[in-house]
Amino acid sequence: MQEHILSILIFFPALAAMLGFIVHKDSARAYGITVAAIEFFLSLLLWNLYDPMTSGMQFMEKAPLVSAFGINYLVGIDGISLFIIVLSTFFTMIGIASLTETRRVKDLIITLLFLEMTMVGVFAALDAIIFYVFWELSLIPMLYIIGAWGGPLRIYASIKFFLYTFTGSLVMLVGMLFMAYFYYQATGQWSFSLLEWYRLILPLNFQLWLFAAFFVGFAIKVPMFPFHTWLPYAHGQAPTIGSVILAAILLKMGTYAFVRFSLPLFPDAAVFFMFPIAALAIIMIVYTAMVAYAQEDIKQVVAYSSVSHMGVIVLGTFALNVEGISGSIFLMIAHGVVSGALFLLVGVIYDRRHTKLMSEFGGLASVMPRYATIFGIMMMASVGLPLTINFVGEFLSLLGFYKQSHSFTLVAGTAIIVGAIYMLSAYKKMFFGNVTKEENKNLKDVNKTELLALVPLVVITIWLGVYPKPILEPISNSVESIVQLMHDKAQTKEAQARIPNLSNPEAKNSQQETH
Amino acid sequence: MLEPINVSLASLNITTLAPMLIAIVGALTILCIDLIKGGLHKSFYVMVSSLFLLLDLGTVIDFGNIFLKNGPVLGMFDMMLIDGLAIMGQIIIVAGSMLFIPLALTSKRFHEYNYPEYFALFLFMIAGFQFMVATDNLILIFVGLETASLALYALIALHNRSKSFEAAVKYFTMGALAAGFFAFGSMILYAITGSIEINQIASVLAGDHYANIGYVLVAVSFMLAAFGFKLSMVPFHTWTPDVYEGSSAALAGYMSIVPKIAGFIVAMRLFEFLVHSGVVWLQVILYIAVVITMTASNIWAMVQTDVKRMLAYSSISHAGFVMAAILIGTTQSNTALFLYWALFSFTNLGAFTMLWVSRQKNLLPGQSSDHPFEKFSGLIKTMPMAAIMMGLFMLSLAGIPPFGLFWGKIYIIASAVTGGYTVLALIMALNSALAAYYYLKLIVFMFMKEPVIGYEKYYLTNASASLKTIIGVAAIGTIFAVFAVNPLLKVITLFVYNSGY
Repeated sequence: MQEHILSILIFFPALAAMLGFIVHKDSARAYGITVAAIEFFLSLLLWNLYDPMTSGMQFMEKAPLVSAFGINYLVGIDGISLFIIVLSTFFTMIGIASLTETRRVKDLIITLLFLEMTMVGVFAALDAIIFYVFWELSLIPMLYIIGAWGGPLRIYASIKFFLYTFTGSLVMLVGMLFMAYFYYQATGQWSFSLLEWYRLILPLNFQLWLFAAFFVGFAIKVPMFPFHTWLPYAHGQAPTIGSVILAAILLKMGTYAFVRFSLPLFPDAAVFFMFPIAALAIIMIVYTAMVAYAQEDIKQVVAYSSVSHMGVIVLGTFALNVEGISGSIFLMIAHGVVSGALFLLVGVIYDRRHTKLMSEFGGLASVMPRYATIFGIMMMASVGLPLTINFVGEFLSLLGFYKQSHSFTLVAGTAIIVGAIYMLSAYKKMFFGNVTKEENKNLKDVNKTELLALVPLVVITIWLGVYPKPILEPISNSVESIVQLMHDKAQTKEAQARIPNLSNPEAKNSQQETH
Repeated sequence: MLEPINVSLASLNITTLAPMLIAIVGALTILCIDLIKGGLHKSFYVMVSSLFLLLDLGTVIDFGNIFLKNGPVLGMFDMMLIDGLAIMGQIIIVAGSMLFIPLALTSKRFHEYNYPEYFALFLFMIAGFQFMVATDNLILIFVGLETASLALYALIALHNRSKSFEAAVKYFTMGALAAGFFAFGSMILYAITGSIEINQIASVLAGDHYANIGYVLVAVSFMLAAFGFKLSMVPFHTWTPDVYEGSSAALAGYMSIVPKIAGFIVAMRLFEFLVHSGVVWLQVILYIAVVITMTASNIWAMVQTDVKRMLAYSSISHAGFVMAAILIGTTQSNTALFLYWALFSFTNLGAFTMLWVSRQKNLLPGQSSDHPFEKFSGLIKTMPMAAIMMGLFMLSLAGIPPFGLFWGKIYIIASAVTGGYTVLALIMALNSALAAYYYLKLIVFMFMKEPVIGYEKYYLTNASASLKTIIGVAAIGTIFAVFAVNPLLKVITLFVYNSGY
């Protein structure tokens, strides 16, 4: 079982979803929770079996699929993907457990289980085509969730979501085919295996084009400015569960793919594009933070703030050193926990009042004290208060980029203060002051089911904020090997200088002296 | 006194005719049986046709084994040419027909299936297509093409609705025009080379280094127009949506698969050597035609209100996509063409069969066509299984992995990449995104909208056990295509490579 645990983890939810068609609709929710819980414990088992000291791929499985064309079923994980997989199974479980949707629950549960398969698959895939298969397949359940359970503009939002991401990933597919062709030219064999692609050193101009092709696919998914326009619609219209999964996991596919594909495959191009992308990331941080401040709808505030923090992740990734990349991966986990929790919290109040406008609320702290406390903790975490989970990730990401450029980091750091402004003002509008609306006077505080979903998130937020080591260590172990690989592959002088050499401590110092 | 002609029977290699003869004998048998005892049930004719097709398929596969051992087989004064293309073309033609023929076993009665002539014509048509692909003689291609087309016009008209007559006449007129173009093109090629065999033409043209390039271009223009009509390339596509709309959904699905593969093979034989010999003009024209066919038909498909018309435009777009393989002209791209078409036939057959099962006899008040999008509205609530099936076929047509067409699609795009057509590869990829919109439109109707009252009683009315089986076969072929791709790829590459393409 140990050697097949990844395949089990990928296909168990899909199998369960198919059997789920038979389950009666009244029991569908219990069935969903059971399956998701088993899946979550399997992923914990995976974490338990994982050897944190090894930096390479573990639990590798390989089976030929289209061997004439070099496509293999190839999966494996390292410290980078492990925690995102655990996060995916965790959020699917939490999401199904806190489900308040009553319309056609069975369909929703089955869809969520299929979605879980694609999420785990994306993060475990080591073959580009397998990665692409799961990447595209994840669009369909999300399309259905937004389109069938969403708000009034749901069809527009879901189609926009699908077409944006689909278009981007088709460009990426052409890039993948080119990459395989270059591999074919170099070795005389077709291969889509990432690990084999890693060994390929491409000339700079090829790298630039391929980097651009992959970038289009990933950037739309993240979503980076200026490709972010689909996200507010998707979040605005999606049901709570859709937003939670979208913000917590699906967006991470883009940033994860940067680390997995763009950086190690095209190190020179990554250095070449470092500052343009950092500039985009900073625009994304500042601009969406400002937009968030202007929103009247609390869900849009959370949505834009989530985009804003994705900017920090991208910035950390393109620091191209161990601190930055480890920080950005840690921030992916942190952002998943925090923004997922915030969307759940918005869902709680939406279920009670069926509105998300902040002007409808006010003084909720006295009516719903427990809700206000949890919301407060999560909001502080989102702002990046020390001793919460986000702080660790943001700090490391910015520290990483500080080594590359002081001025950029300064701007990005300032932008985080804007984050504090809109979050605190939103909190003030909703929770402080007098209860102005009659409807708000008798609101019920969070109930047991909701607590069951929210309390673990609070615990994780604080636990990993205080003591991030159990997660951070395996992550940085794996990141070190990626950075080393990038350094070894780098051809241009600038790339060699900017990407630290970890095997040689002197080079590390000289890299710092260049600034 | 004329010399007696001395031809030994062995040199004729008469067995090369066997596959077509089986189909023709089958057609004649059906007619004879009708003379002896009329009024037999359609299931009888369906099964007899299937049996003959099965024999036909067996012979073709047998030739496949011979080909792999001894190379191409010539016969009948070198008129017949059984090479890898011919064998694979015939396999797709006969297998596609075998999947199509059980669609006659509907639970509603349609009067065309009461005529045994329908099945006889059907078998004659298959023989025609088989002749078309199994020769490189322009006259035999012409004869095969006309036999098949005339039978097909009659099959469309037999559906016995005013729109079917319109469709048949329209198709006939356009087809006659295309036949004329083909004849003119062949004539000019004969005039400048003195031969009607494509390989002879190629070697003569190469021998004099394209001295008569002007005439060659005129001939190629005529040929392009002829195949433009047959393969429904833009701007010769105008008949397609109307003809598809007028004919029964089953026949429309058939027309989108089988006649086209025959056309592709002839186009491959004819254009391949021209593209390779550096007739730049042809390359440019083909490039433009391919891009416009893909893109324009995708845009037209977006604005259709009827699912069948939408699928008609989508099949034009797929034809353009596959035509790109002929433009690229490498072994990989030609392999990709066959792979794509084999996977496409499963998916498209499924999609059209799903329309066929919901065929109504009478239109509802306010309903403008047979299969408006509203008909499928909220299908997931009324018939979840049907909705999931239809959704599956749509996703496959849109090229979403891991369903069937995705694998054909990446192989064609990869062949464009390796062939050096970078921009074309990108255009092909982006066209898939365009196409995704209209396939999604149907999914949106089925999964995200509320049912429209009145249609539910028509849905699945036409479904019988055999139709459901066909849908099941198509669905399995679509879902598990990934496991079939590798063996298919190996076999097809072997056939294509050994035929010299």
